Amino acid sequence: MSEIADKVKKIVVEHLGVDESKVTPDASFIDDLGADSLDTVELVMAFEEAFSVEIPEDAAEKITTVKDAIDYIEKQKSA
Amino acid sequence: MMADISAMKERRVVVTGMGLVTPLGVGVEPTWQRLLAGESGIRRIASFDPSDLPAQVAGEVPEGPTAEGKFTLSDWVAPKDQKKMDRFIHLGMAAAIMAIEDSGWKPEDEEGRCATGVMIGSGIGGLQTIYDASLTVASGKARRLSPFFIPSALINLVSGHVSIRYGFKGPNHSAVTACATGVHAIGDATRLIMLGDADVMVAGGAEAAVCPLGIAGFSAARALSTAFNDTPEKASRPWDRDRDGFVMGEGSGIVVLEEYEHAKRRGAKIYGEIIGYGLSGDAHHITAPAEGHEGAFRAMSKAIASAGLTPADIDYVNAHGTSTMADDLELDAVQRLFGDHASKLAMSSTKSAIGHLLGAAGSVEAMFCMLAIRDGVVPPTLNLDNPATESPIDRVAHEAQRRDVKVALSNSFGFGGTNASIVVRGV
Repeated sequence: MSEIADKVKKIVVEHLGVDESKVTPDASFIDDLGADSLDTVELVMAFEEAFSVEIPEDAAEKITTVKDAIDYIEKQKSA
Repeated sequence: MMADISAMKERRVVVTGMGLVTPLGVGVEPTWQRLLAGESGIRRIASFDPSDLPAQVAGEVPEGPTAEGKFTLSDWVAPKDQKKMDRFIHLGMAAAIMAIEDSGWKPEDEEGRCATGVMIGSGIGGLQTIYDASLTVASGKARRLSPFFIPSALINLVSGHVSIRYGFKGPNHSAVTACATGVHAIGDATRLIMLGDADVMVAGGAEAAVCPLGIAGFSAARALSTAFNDTPEKASRPWDRDRDGFVMGEGSGIVVLEEYEHAKRRGAKIYGEIIGYGLSGDAHHITAPAEGHEGAFRAMSKAIASAGLTPADIDYVNAHGTSTMADDLELDAVQRLFGDHASKLAMSSTKSAIGHLLGAAGSVEAMFCMLAIRDGVVPPTLNLDNPATESPIDRVAHEAQRRDVKVALSNSFGFGGTNASIVVRGV
């Protein structure tokens, strides 16, 4: 697993207070990890801070799973 | 002319659960036993360095294991939810959970949930949260503000969180009347039950304004004690000639109020009954009471009359008594109202031990009245070494007293000139 994926996982565990084993690539923040819409706003802000990236609102809306977040950040970082 | 509320008395309102978080401890018994033992919860401020501030002492809730009567946040609020709430909500949740568990009330159906409401207020709300957020904005990072900032700071969010946690779908409300909040919350919630809006109400106040902005703000208003920074336990001294301002405290006091027949039907333990409630406004000054504290006089008179009693029926008064110049105005009003009965009256200020819990003070002190009735003992006024004014009223200096207390009255007055009194008795 990439360094980015590890870090994303860690942030999700911390912010949503869920067990690490539940944070699989396909896990949906809202449907599987108990987040509400405000939690996802905060989560995206935490990703921005941790990876020094800017995630515009329309992109943020499409980040609904752990894999979405990892893919988006990896793309930004490699660009 | 106002309606005669005696008709509503068909629905009596009793207290079936209590939760306390105070500078003397977490839990009703830890707080009450230490209060009766004459202990003080006032210390040098430990949650931040107060060296730059004129007032450096406060009543902070002791951190430590729950089993030792101290505060461990994760025992009350799940870690992932903690950052969504200011500290006043943390303390309020702890007291509310305690009170609800103590009452044993668990509505089994939708009707029961809809008949259960919440009215928990605060004087100030999430002051530290607002301070922190304003620093974020001031440093040009407005877009980094947490989406939880607003719901973390809003006063009515203790009521909100309690209702969400327990599924209570009845009236969801919040009193905000500065230092009278706690009494207004219990009094208004009692009336909602009397009027049939609910059968059960979780009511009280929560406050956590022991933070740099809170201490600096009340210092600027010249309201806080500054002469006892080296002897914190001496700082809160209601009626004493050397008093020089109030001492800020933090915490929460929450009760479960319940319609009497409802409580009896389910075999609930009953602490006592709310039998009288009186409110008034000073229409005088934003921070100072009027001469003779006539607003307090009217609030007390109305509370006693609404209980169908006369002043001679009152055995104990838990005074507002903040350790400021206004103490003697309240004393004057009580003496005028109680007349010849004053010499038989016990009146103490428990703020001498826990400080002034602002929006939580009134609910905490109403609970002390109930406990005084239950145990036949009145809590002391600490540090009343040299009363500034002589009075026939026994102000219970230094040590708790055994007293047969059947009916007690508690006073709370707030900035803006708002006054509330509540009368309770055993059942």
